[in-house]
Amino acid sequence: MIEVSNLTKRYAGRTAVKGISFTVERGEIVGFLGPNGAGKSTTMRILSGFMPATSGTARVAGFDVFNESLEVRRRIGFMPENNPLHPEMRVREYLKFRARLKGLGMRRSRERVDAVIDQCGLGDVSKRIIGQLSKGYKQRVGLADALVHEPELIILDEPTIGLDPNQIRSVRELIKGLASQHTVLISTHILPEVELTCSRVLIMFEGQIVAADTPDNLQRSLGEAGQIVAEISATPQELNDCFAQMPEVERYDVSAIDGSFVRCAMTPRNGFDLRSSIYHLALERGWVLRELTRSRATLEDVYVAVTKPPEEEG
Amino acid sequence: MRVMLTLIRRELASYFLSMTGYVIVAAAALLMGACLWDIIGKVLLKPMPVPLNEFFFGTWYPWLVLIPIVPLISMRLFALEKATGTYETLMTAPVRDGHVVLAKFAASLLFYAIMWLPLFGSLLTVHHFSSHPPPLDFAVLGSTYLGLLCVGGVLLSFGCLASALTQSQAIAAIVSLGFNLGLFLIAGRAGDWSAKFGSLGHLFDCLAVTDQMQDFARGIVDTRALVSSVTLSLVFLVVAFRAVESRRWK
Repeated sequence: MIEVSNLTKRYAGRTAVKGISFTVERGEIVGFLGPNGAGKSTTMRILSGFMPATSGTARVAGFDVFNESLEVRRRIGFMPENNPLHPEMRVREYLKFRARLKGLGMRRSRERVDAVIDQCGLGDVSKRIIGQLSKGYKQRVGLADALVHEPELIILDEPTIGLDPNQIRSVRELIKGLASQHTVLISTHILPEVELTCSRVLIMFEGQIVAADTPDNLQRSLGEAGQIVAEISATPQELNDCFAQMPEVERYDVSAIDGSFVRCAMTPRNGFDLRSSIYHLALERGWVLRELTRSRATLEDVYVAVTKPPEEEG
Repeated sequence: MRVMLTLIRRELASYFLSMTGYVIVAAAALLMGACLWDIIGKVLLKPMPVPLNEFFFGTWYPWLVLIPIVPLISMRLFALEKATGTYETLMTAPVRDGHVVLAKFAASLLFYAIMWLPLFGSLLTVHHFSSHPPPLDFAVLGSTYLGLLCVGGVLLSFGCLASALTQSQAIAAIVSLGFNLGLFLIAGRAGDWSAKFGSLGHLFDCLAVTDQMQDFARGIVDTRALVSSVTLSLVFLVVAFRAVESRRWK
């Protein structure tokens, strides 16, 4: 659906996007992550045909975004950052205007406006003035606008920014519901959202793509993945002696907590799953084991690791 | 064409969905009313040698309306959309840049045409209450309206260009106001310069909009005035189109 090759965008005195390449398959929901100024919005604006790239190519549904911009724009629904709307218009009137602008006939636009009002839960506010709606409803109006002409690709630039947790949840459900019929490229800073919603993640940093994979694979790729935490009723000395003799334990940290229990955090060598070994050890020694978990790196850990500014490293 | 009509309808409606449109029409009506009041006051002292319509457009009164009001109409066309961000949603819809420029210009011209309607109401009212009214010539009123559209087309197309170059409505209005004032001042001297520079000086005749407007108000539809107004409007619209298109230049 999207093929980007060596895409570069230079502004006066600054390169916002530095020769990035990626593809997005039909039906995928892809999360586009990165700190502010990483080049996400610029890439999305190029893909939506709003501005050209300085060099490189980008194709959407087989059409070049620069040379065949009109064809591309017929096939995408774009919701820009900050979701600009006409505040003086009523919801239904605005959506009808947008449907007509996107080339839908009178009858078809009426049908589609009804459909997206229903899909985005705007039935209660369809006759209200946009400027008087809550932020959550405004976001839904923006989404309804992006969906109204049934585009193949939907590009959403920070659709959940500024929303409260309930509103985020409802927008998330809405986006997840799009997966069956549309390809979605979504940029956000809310990482748990991406873990829950997206099948693949692209992380941009300083104009380059620094990570691209499924959320699971990215989490696995981080070293801290698979750290074992156990709470055992033994003395720290006994545990230190045991762990020192276990070749599969690379690092460990033992600290007394409450009563007779000691908390142990172990980093396994080569991603080995230590849980069975710890269980058998406790069974053998007659220790009480009250917690045994393997912590996994979150997408946030991955994000922080790959977007760390150079001076913070090491 | 369907997209253009949708855009024109939306642009025209936008004047009336906010207070802006009503305030502009009210301000223009107030200025026109004040001018007519002044003229009628003079007429009561001394008989008027020409029809009221012709007399009105022979003075600088219509320019008192045109010069400050036209920038108020045109300043929002692009600048407001750029400032609020709706320009991005507009330009990522499947619409051609040229259609957007033409639709915005057409909507502003339509609004401008609506804005002048109170003047004709005033002229008809004065005519109705005159003790010995001269026959009212609707053809002359028609040519006057055509003249107003020609002058308005030039001023609004430049206003459209000014708005396309900035995201500040204030800057767009000031630039447009400067142009209108400049054109008014040049128009007053255009006849002298035309004679001074020989055949090349005829170019200045194109800018003699005050004389052209006076001819239209007399019922003279001069094709030279029509062609020069349409040409100037097209030139400004083409430059406005290039300004809109410039975001796509690499």
